[in-house]
Amino acid sequence: MILFDSVSKKFGSTTALDNISLEIKQGEFVFIVGPSGAGKSTLLRTLTREIMPTSGKLMVGHMDITKIKDKDVPFLRRKVGVVFQDFKLLDDRTVFENVAITLEVLGKKDEEIAKMVEHILKLVEIWDKRNLFPRQLSGGEAQRTAIARAIVGKPDVLLADEPTGDLDPKTAWGVIQLLNEINSWGTTILMATHNQEIVNTLKRRVIIIKDGKVSKDSKEGKYE
Amino acid sequence: MSRAISFAKRNIQRTPFQAAAAIMVMFLTFFALLTFIILAAGSQSALRYFESRPQVIAFFKEGTTSEDITLIENALKQETRVTETKYISKEDALKIYRDRNQADPALLELVTANILPASLEISTQSPEDLQPIAEILKKEPVVSEVMVPENVVETLTSVTSVIRSVGGATVGFLMVFATLVIVMIIGFKIRLRRSEIEIQRLLGASPSFIRNPFILEGIFYGVTGAFFAWVVSYTLLWYFTPFLQNYLGEIKLLPVNPLFMLALLGASLLLALIVGGLGSLSAVRRYLKI
Repeated sequence: MILFDSVSKKFGSTTALDNISLEIKQGEFVFIVGPSGAGKSTLLRTLTREIMPTSGKLMVGHMDITKIKDKDVPFLRRKVGVVFQDFKLLDDRTVFENVAITLEVLGKKDEEIAKMVEHILKLVEIWDKRNLFPRQLSGGEAQRTAIARAIVGKPDVLLADEPTGDLDPKTAWGVIQLLNEINSWGTTILMATHNQEIVNTLKRRVIIIKDGKVSKDSKEGKYE
Repeated sequence: MSRAISFAKRNIQRTPFQAAAAIMVMFLTFFALLTFIILAAGSQSALRYFESRPQVIAFFKEGTTSEDITLIENALKQETRVTETKYISKEDALKIYRDRNQADPALLELVTANILPASLEISTQSPEDLQPIAEILKKEPVVSEVMVPENVVETLTSVTSVIRSVGGATVGFLMVFATLVIVMIIGFKIRLRRSEIEIQRLLGASPSFIRNPFILEGIFYGVTGAFFAWVVSYTLLWYFTPFLQNYLGEIKLLPVNPLFMLALLGASLLLALIVGGLGSLSAVRRYLKI
């Protein structure tokens, strides 16, 4: 599904990713952990080609990210959903409109959009908040909206960059349970986090990044 | 495309003051353009009218007999440059005077046929023939004065030329100004919607999906401004037609042919589409990094 083959990324003289080699199979739930500045976000951002690797080969499905043309990048991004720590919701759009934007991008018709958004908002349990604006939502509700936006287009991969970073423990667990459920449908999830409790409780694959290198990769790992 | 239209519509509705400013600038630009075109077309038609009717008018002294006039008329008919001659008697002159001043009885009261001179209107093949014919007439002892409208043609030619060059320069400047205003407003809107664009990009929006609403928005400002300019200029022209008709007298420029105005509308909308499209396209190229 995802293959990092000797991937490096340099910003001037700073090495953000140093010769990373990884393979992530379809349907896996992988935690990417490590201290701040270790390269977790850079690693995730290479998968949407927000950042282009300096060297190496990076495959998502059948697409080689280092080789695809610019015009094909939107097609890559439609396969990869993204959830951010700060939600990145549009303040002037309602919950419904924030989620619908994904389907608008995909060129779906209004009737289809209405049905799919209703379905996904019910799934993430915020259908009753559909007409509210982001400033009227709690952190958990905002993150659920962001997750709904990321998955409504049915991507193969979901990248979550510290999605619980701004949430209280109870709300964070709610979000994690939601991601777990999404993973159970077959969506591959890569989640960068600092949250030891979550990582250690879920007992999923853990990749530890330090100084841009993979320092440890364990199947049912722990974050110590 | 329907999605792009609905996005453009939403962008316009969310910043109504900027939209109004852009439309006003486009309105002023196209109003100036239409005004100059209508003026240039009018003066060109007036010029054609005078050029198509080159005339010398010879006024006769008091006491000139009809034999004298017939002799002159016959002599002129021998000239190949002369196409037509028309004798206007004192009574004819009075009738013309009365017709032209119907609305002002004070001007009619004291005027009788006796104080108006008889005249001969001589039409020539071309305006260049007017002066030689005038010279011939001036030598006739019964002719008191010869009027050559050559200066009218010259004045109109220069007026038309001034309207064209001043109008062209002004409109050119306004077109550049309008394009820059569109660039500025669309550029500002792109910056305003930066986070939305960023999210669209991450969700896999194609460059055209992101760009098209901005381009359509620029075109909308141009076309709307041009349309209102056309409506206002046509309304003003229609409103002032009776006054202008009275002022222009025999020169039948008004009412303006509706087909001419429709052609002007079509050309304005096309130009507005180009200006709006170019302005927004420049803004997109400069400010929208996808």
